[in-house]
Amino acid sequence: MFENRALTPRLEELRQEIRGHAVEYGLDFFEVIYELVDYDEMNMIASYGGFPVRYPHWRFGMQFEELQKSYSYGLSKIYELVINNDPCYAYLMRSNPEVDQKLVMAHVYGHSDFFKHNEWFSHTNRKMVDEMANHAVRVRRHIDDHGLERVENFIDVCLSLENLIDPHAPYFGERARTSEESLEQARLAATGTKFEAKPYMEEFVNPPAVLAEEKERRLRDLDREERFPPKPERDILTFLIHHAPMRRWQRDILEIVRDEAYYFAPQGMTKIMNEGWASYWHSKIMTTRALDATEVIDYADHHSGTLGTRPGVLNPYKVGIELFRDIEERWNTGRFGPEYDACDDYSRRRNWNRDLGLGREKIFEVRKIYNDITFIDEFLTPEFCQESNLFTYKFDRQSGNYVIDSREFRQIKDKLLDSLSNLGRPVIVVEDGNFKNRGDLLLEHEYRGVPLKLDYARATLENLQRIWSRGVHLRTQVDGKKKLLSYNGSRHEEKVLT
Amino acid sequence: MVRRVDPDSRRFRDIVRGKIRENLKSYISRGELIARQGKDSVSVPLPQIDIPNFRFGKPEQGGVGQGPGEEGTPLGGEEAEAGPEAGDQPGEHVLEVDVSLEELAEILGDQLELPNIEPKGTESVHTIKERYTGIDKQGPESLRHFKRTFKEALKRQIQSGVYDPKNPVIVPMRDDRRYRSWKTQSVPQSNAVILYMMDVSGSMGSEQKEIVRIESFWLDTWLKSQYENIETRYIIHDAAAKLVDAHTFFNVRESGGTKISSAYKLAKEVIEQDFPPSEWNIYPFHFSDGDNWGGDDTTLCMNLLNEHLMPWSNIFCYGQVKSAYGSGQFIKDLREHFPEDERMILSEINSRDEILQSLKTFLGKGK
Repeated sequence: MFENRALTPRLEELRQEIRGHAVEYGLDFFEVIYELVDYDEMNMIASYGGFPVRYPHWRFGMQFEELQKSYSYGLSKIYELVINNDPCYAYLMRSNPEVDQKLVMAHVYGHSDFFKHNEWFSHTNRKMVDEMANHAVRVRRHIDDHGLERVENFIDVCLSLENLIDPHAPYFGERARTSEESLEQARLAATGTKFEAKPYMEEFVNPPAVLAEEKERRLRDLDREERFPPKPERDILTFLIHHAPMRRWQRDILEIVRDEAYYFAPQGMTKIMNEGWASYWHSKIMTTRALDATEVIDYADHHSGTLGTRPGVLNPYKVGIELFRDIEERWNTGRFGPEYDACDDYSRRRNWNRDLGLGREKIFEVRKIYNDITFIDEFLTPEFCQESNLFTYKFDRQSGNYVIDSREFRQIKDKLLDSLSNLGRPVIVVEDGNFKNRGDLLLEHEYRGVPLKLDYARATLENLQRIWSRGVHLRTQVDGKKKLLSYNGSRHEEKVLT
Repeated sequence: MVRRVDPDSRRFRDIVRGKIRENLKSYISRGELIARQGKDSVSVPLPQIDIPNFRFGKPEQGGVGQGPGEEGTPLGGEEAEAGPEAGDQPGEHVLEVDVSLEELAEILGDQLELPNIEPKGTESVHTIKERYTGIDKQGPESLRHFKRTFKEALKRQIQSGVYDPKNPVIVPMRDDRRYRSWKTQSVPQSNAVILYMMDVSGSMGSEQKEIVRIESFWLDTWLKSQYENIETRYIIHDAAAKLVDAHTFFNVRESGGTKISSAYKLAKEVIEQDFPPSEWNIYPFHFSDGDNWGGDDTTLCMNLLNEHLMPWSNIFCYGQVKSAYGSGQFIKDLREHFPEDERMILSEINSRDEILQSLKTFLGKGK
């Protein structure tokens, strides 16, 4: 293994060249530090999620073995690896030919620009490399104090719950809780709304029965306020950190797991855009500036490899880059706004051109304020769906196969948005932290047509119970029936709810 | 050189070993590992190792894809794995981990509390030779490899752009130094031969053979871990015996009567010809449903065992597989003839679940 990861003089030359192109195109990025690594170092860094300094845990070893194996069988190869940090760190594979290195560098400048400017990354820690190293130190210290086995088991428990965050939580502050006192005052002040009326009309304008009912309703709302949690809570990890009985080191580990989950969440929320943006720029920079004539074939081969599709799997690189290009084209020609939308003459729409030239400006704006969901919601057009051959598929019980279901725009969009919401995970909230009035925890799965994987759900409940220490319950739907899954620390129960 | 990931990899391997240990019995009775055997390793499917979380169940909901095709066109095979996510999540799959046969033997040994075998005779000494064949980054200065060190330094200087062809001064740093290192080579001196004999007469069904197959896989694994040099021979018999290769051994199907003596006679010849008992540890395993053709033949068997096979072998193992047709008489005869001899190991295997127990019986003596 080489210890020298610095770029070779030639690569450094290329870096400066590519960087110059990127800057000229108006990309504004965190400075990127490139390191040159071997494939096994690359796999190693990748198995740590890009951070070679993370805390020790067996799953990193597992990922590493998987990557090594699939690399050595020629099934996969990691081309680029970039970390959202200021400065950005990116890794280049030592054995790649020059054209690949150029492509990856250009691609990475795109990512770095995206990290810096996309609003959804604005709350991520830009010194995450340091932070991760601190996490590792903390975890190591807990291991020294409490033993590897115990700490590792607890990390397993936490990781089992790491998805239970609210990806939007960082964008609004802590929810203020109404204090006990003001709650009591509000309760005393609660009355029905009275309208002004002549004394003899009083009974008709403000009927006592209606007033009483309204008062009753207000009090009920206030009672709800006093419940625990006041509103269903999606950020379950934070809820546990605040309210579950844990040792201090356990709380610390749960906090670490939560911090890292929140750090990675925006990357999940902007997968299509981020890859689309980076691919757009590597393609732009390579094809208009950096590509040498001798490299065209190799470039085309690798570029098309990145954008390749398989039926049934949506390639975020491809959808992303094509949507960005589509937007640029539309804003260049003025195919947007009420007039265009209202036009239903096919040939006029096709040849619509207002020569606005706003495309470049628009895509820079888009990369700043959108995430995958709003991006698809706003910019996916029927024309785009048709041109890029999108379809929805479903499971066909008869043939036991997945078959193409529809090429209907509405359906494609719905399904796509569906699959992107909450990062493709089930939405689960804390409904009641004092369930059955005995300190049990009740979670609610907000059912949207797809059931949970039950054996996993039960195993996860077990882990949740280890943290909450009282019984835990999950309301969900199984085979069309509402069910309550419970685990009390020794056995599972399942009840059909009516 | 220690890599950052090594401790985590080791930890993962420990966990894998633990899982295999826990589920050893089911791995053995299901026999699925045999089909996954590579040259030196076995690929073990581990269903329960990943961390559970709340996730969507059967991806029957489908998703969005890209490509040509009419409505109703089926998608290709592997995409069926893709979940309802847009496709950036890995499909659900059972994790498979490569475990070396050595490790597997170790797990088996731990689990069954098998004693290590003490090879008989004095031939079990290893000859150890040290050869300076390797290169290391640490070592005493007296073993410094000048050429290699120079090369490393040259490479580094060229790479970092310090090298000037007009003034080629090479200054090695600490990291550039290379030293000769030795490897110990041990010349195997303990040899063993496993002789598998199986009754393939009409009364042995496919389930019975499968049991033998599983059992022999584990016997192989264990004995291989105990001897440096191991040979295997396969003998099938009905009324006559034949020396065959492993594939034939497990797949052949014959009918007809049973003369066990024919197998023993052939075993005797094989040993006499290729494996002189003074140099070889000999392990005959015989599997049958216990049916033999007439008392005369049984007497012949006992004589062969008494005079030749038993004195030559470390242990003689007879496994009787239960079949619907066999009388199961032979094990009784053996028990009668060799009541005291602890080299004669008998085991009755009624179903796959008893394989583990039978392995312990066979190998538990440490011979």
